[in-house]
This record gives sequence, C-alpha cells and structure tokens, in this order.
Amino acid sequence: MKWLLVAAIVLATVLGDLLQSHEMKQAGEQSVSARGFARLLETIAQRRLLFLGVACNAVSFFAFMALVQTEPLSFAVPASASSFVLETLLAKFVLHERIGARRAAGALAVLAGVVLVGG
Amino acid sequence: MNTFTERSGAVLKTYSVLLLFLALKAAGNSAMAWGMKQVPERMSMNPALYLRAMLHPFVAVGVVALILALLTRMALFSLADLSFVLPVTAVGYVIAVFLGKVFLHETVTNQRWLGALLIFAGAVLVGSTSRNTTSAARTEALK
Repeated sequence: MKWLLVAAIVLATVLGDLLQSHEMKQAGEQSVSARGFARLLETIAQRRLLFLGVACNAVSFFAFMALVQTEPLSFAVPASASSFVLETLLAKFVLHERIGARRAAGALAVLAGVVLVGG
Repeated sequence: MNTFTERSGAVLKTYSVLLLFLALKAAGNSAMAWGMKQVPERMSMNPALYLRAMLHPFVAVGVVALILALLTRMALFSLADLSFVLPVTAVGYVIAVFLGKVFLHETVTNQRWLGALLIFAGAVLVGSTSRNTTSAARTEALK
C-alpha cells in the first residue's frame, strides 16, 4: 500500500510539474506579493493545461496525506523524490532545457541519495 | 553595469523565492505529518475522509502552508528552469529528515543520513549551474 501511494505521488507530481513549468514559462515572470498571487490565480483559471497541472498536484497532495498518516516523514518525503531523474530527463527531452554535465551529475547524486534514504 | 545590477537582482529574487518555498514546505510537511498521525480514521479512496481530516488544526495549518508553498514554487518556475528548481529544492528532503528526527522523534538510520547528505551535495552541484537556459537571456547566462 505504501509503495502504491508513493507511485501515485510520483506520477501526479511528474505530470503536474511538466505542465506547470511549460505553462508558467509562457505566462511570464511572476512575483510573490499579494497582487502577484492574485494574478497567479487568475492565470491558473485562464490556462487549461496549467489548471490540469494544479489538479495533478491535488492528487499527489491527497496521496501524501494518506502516506504520512502511516509512514514516518523521513521516509515519505525522500521516497517521493524518486520522481527526480524522470523529471530531469523529461525537462531535457520534452521542455528542451539544456542539461550540462554538472547538472546531470548533481541530479544523479540526488538520485543515489534518495535510494539510500528510501532503503 | 546596468545589466549586471539587473541580473544580480534577478538572481537575488530567485533565491529569496526559493528560501520562502523551503520554509513553507518544511513547516507544512511537519504540521501535516504530526496532524495526520492524530487523525483516528485511516485514509482510503473516500474524499470525505480527507476533508474531515483537514478539520484537525495541525492538518489545516499543514494544508495552508503547503498550498502557499505550491504557489511559491509556481512563481519560482517563472524565474528558473525545471531542471534547476527540482534539484535545488531537494534540500527540502534533508530538512524533512532533520525535522522528522527532531520534532516527530522518528528513528533515522546512518544510511538515511548519508542519503540526505548525497541529496544535499547533488543540489549544491546543480545550484552552481546557470539559472535559466530557455529564456532570451540564455546566451548571457551560459557564460
């Protein structure tokens, strides 16, 4: 059951992040002031894919609630990081971001760390 | 000189938003984990259970903090690449292990600490690379 919840978190997170990153780049730079947040909410309402991305976050959020009810936080949070390398790869191939050697090495170190933390 | 000031301003903004995100995430996670363990009913596919759990004060604080963290992270996405945001926010995993140990009294093995350190090292490595490679400023930023 706990790995099923982790899988739900990972898949919903990956899809949500890709949609959000893609849409937010097109929406332009945002600020974190009160007015900035209001504009952000307006942007979410206007962009269907961005809204879908937020819905994915909601799914991952409920799965996380269920996971921390039974598992320690020091497992739940790192385990959800298994989404990491998959996302970096998708950032390169779907969003066409440039992944240099240093960025790739960093992401791999993070992955190794996640494996140790989760094991 | 002007472009230098603008660029360091943008970097400062990126890192301030990053810090705000990490603080909200850490507070939200801890409150959520603490609160959920006090909720008597086990969560299932029934949405009503989740809504009722949100009435617990610690869970409610967790939900609010995590929603604010989510919005802050979206603002961060408008400032930097996904492949920058993801590894750098991974510092949050180390913070979560630390808070789990200190505030929630969880057992943290040496292997788990080692993993947390590796995550941190990876995040620092990625943080040393350029901030945004897909915007118009990329030729400048790649220097």
